[in-house]
Amino acid sequence: MKQVIQMAVVLTLICTICGAALSGIRSITAERIVYQRLINVQGPNVEDVLKGSENDLIAERESVEIDGEEILLFVGKKNDRPWAVAYETSAAGFGGELTIMVGYDLEKDKLTGLKIGTNSETAGVGSRVTQDPFTKQFKGLDIDLKFTGGPCPVGVDAISGATVSSMAVSEALKKSVALYPKIKEAVL
Amino acid sequence: MGLMREFTKGLWKDLAPFRVVLGLCPILAVTKEAETGLGMGIGVIFVLTCSNVIISSIRNIIPRQVRIAGFIVIIASFVTMVELFSQAYFYPIYQKLGIFIPLIVVNCIILGRAEAFASRNGVIASALDGLGIGLGYTMSLVLLGSIREILGAGTIFGVDMMWASFRPFTFMAEAPGAFVSLGLLLGIMNAVSRKS
Repeated sequence: MKQVIQMAVVLTLICTICGAALSGIRSITAERIVYQRLINVQGPNVEDVLKGSENDLIAERESVEIDGEEILLFVGKKNDRPWAVAYETSAAGFGGELTIMVGYDLEKDKLTGLKIGTNSETAGVGSRVTQDPFTKQFKGLDIDLKFTGGPCPVGVDAISGATVSSMAVSEALKKSVALYPKIKEAVL
Repeated sequence: MGLMREFTKGLWKDLAPFRVVLGLCPILAVTKEAETGLGMGIGVIFVLTCSNVIISSIRNIIPRQVRIAGFIVIIASFVTMVELFSQAYFYPIYQKLGIFIPLIVVNCIILGRAEAFASRNGVIASALDGLGIGLGYTMSLVLLGSIREILGAGTIFGVDMMWASFRPFTFMAEAPGAFVSLGLLLGIMNAVSRKS
């Protein structure tokens, strides 16, 4: 009996100490981890879709609450006036969640670009949706997307052999476009 | 002298991947480039040294029946720390290593040293043992990573090493190249040690 109690006490102690140490380190590093994701994953995508902006896109990020959801906005400015906005949305891909960063021209209500963020698509197959030949097709599309039964909106050719990944991009884009009117209102 | 031997044995006599053939899974996976090999190695040195120190200092308190469970909790905690730190301060390497950082938990070198050495020896000897084995492992990762990077991409730590007309031997950067170069290194190591 004494032995059983000793085992339980020692194991409980070890787990408690380890848990406390980890939660401490997590709270110390949490802020820096968010920042690292921002400059290493989201940052380059934002710079790309809002090319031509004159302000520091990352430093001037802001977060707004739309329909109870917190969304991080990147506003591109020219001559100190906002001309475009970009934000992330996600959808289920073939191997897990797929996020996209979409930029919008606030005057023309057109897409300034689309980039794929974190994803787990199959290397060499679904991962082709992350490459320029696919993503650059979205540039200049009207926000009024038209679908005629294919996996992607009119004007965009899906990647053959990667229908699920192509559809995931379209799904995330639909969500993104649906948010656009409210976000435009918030920015202007 | 005795303590020094605990440190130096990890560098040749008990060199983890080549002499005792442990920890091969990560050595195949993360040695596409020398840099990722080095990053992985540093993570392993940290986890191995810290877990050896903690385990040897509690070796007399922890009951024998639950020792493995206790060791794993301690090792997993240090691995999670490595994951958080690499994410916070070395994000590009974290992205390249991916799943192989959390998988350090199941690296058999670490539990192996905990069970075979740290749970039976003093704190200082265990620390030196962890440092030595970890350093030997890091050197092996960097060596294999350098060979594969030089032949597979013509660079080492991202710096151009080969003449201008050099055509990269991409086979070496892929999985089969890892098996072939590891096999050749093992063979060379065996031949050398048999002679001496």
